[in-house]
Amino acid sequence: MSGLDRRDAVARLLQDRGDLLLVTGLGSPSYDAFAAGDHPRTFYLWGAMGGAVPMGLGLALARPETPVLVLTGDGELLMGLGALATAGAKAPRNLTVAVIDNRRYGETGMQESHTARGTDLAGVAVATGFAWIGRARTLDEVERLRPKLHAGTGLGFLLLEVAPTDPPRALPSRDGVHLKRRLRDALGAGV
Amino acid sequence: MQGWHQDIVDAIRRAGIRQVGYVPDAGHTPVIRACEADPAIEATVLTTEEEGIPLIAGAWLGGQRGCLLMQSSGVGNCVNMLSLAVNGAFPLPMLVTMRGEWAEFNGWQVPMGQATAPVLEAMGVIVHRAERADEVACTVAGAFELAFQSERAVAVLLAQRLIGRKRW
Repeated sequence: MSGLDRRDAVARLLQDRGDLLLVTGLGSPSYDAFAAGDHPRTFYLWGAMGGAVPMGLGLALARPETPVLVLTGDGELLMGLGALATAGAKAPRNLTVAVIDNRRYGETGMQESHTARGTDLAGVAVATGFAWIGRARTLDEVERLRPKLHAGTGLGFLLLEVAPTDPPRALPSRDGVHLKRRLRDALGAGV
Repeated sequence: MQGWHQDIVDAIRRAGIRQVGYVPDAGHTPVIRACEADPAIEATVLTTEEEGIPLIAGAWLGGQRGCLLMQSSGVGNCVNMLSLAVNGAFPLPMLVTMRGEWAEFNGWQVPMGQATAPVLEAMGVIVHRAERADEVACTVAGAFELAFQSERAVAVLLAQRLIGRKRW
């Protein structure tokens, strides 16, 4: 079992993020991203479980020259696993899906998820046509993989194998309209 | 292509829609083909209709207009995901071909077909309906304007009588 700390891993992954656009899945991934530093190019999901990957896909197709990262958890991804097939079918070169896999449903009491019971999400990503797959169990591995988020060289999947900890909550804005407008403003997309 | 299908394709182009999400459906087939063939449109085939709501919200975040094509049964797959469109005031036009009403052969389509409009309305989606071919163009164009200008989720239900009997 990896001892990678999720907050450290996410902070390292988002370091020097440049023009990266970020969509976070509900629950702990949203808190981790906010704890690493709020940013107008981040859209935090607080609901719509299973929607992080297709939201990142729509954004990546709209902005093919800009790197897009979906940062979500194993439980959120499992609720919409078909979205990996949908993303694989479109295969935008500027989209990476990073999964913080603690093998638990952290928001509801740390119950074991399917990844604790045999499902290999990286294997699903391979099978649905992702162009590159990375696994990180240490901060050095996160550091080594980080440039691939910005390279635009193919649809990517990054599994962050983190320890099943439950760090203090760090709560971003829950105002979906505000989060939408600030991201569109940051892109000059208008009102 | 039947006249009203062409009217929908024309409305999609006139509205400046650049992304179309769909689950394959017989009633929408000519429109899906036209969207897939149009280099100005990214057409994305979905594994389930609920993926379409965040897909189109993501497109809007990136500055593009989108719409969804689905069958009435697919509306049931979207229910919780509609909270994203409503909470974020994301423009979300949904064109829904109806089953489970006029001349339906398959009773399995009836429960969701009869529940389609109330389910959408319960989730805060504005519902329009087209019964005749000559009202499709105006209804769809108006739904697009309402969605994009007022940042709302708007469904157009395309009646089963409009689509015609399915041949078994």
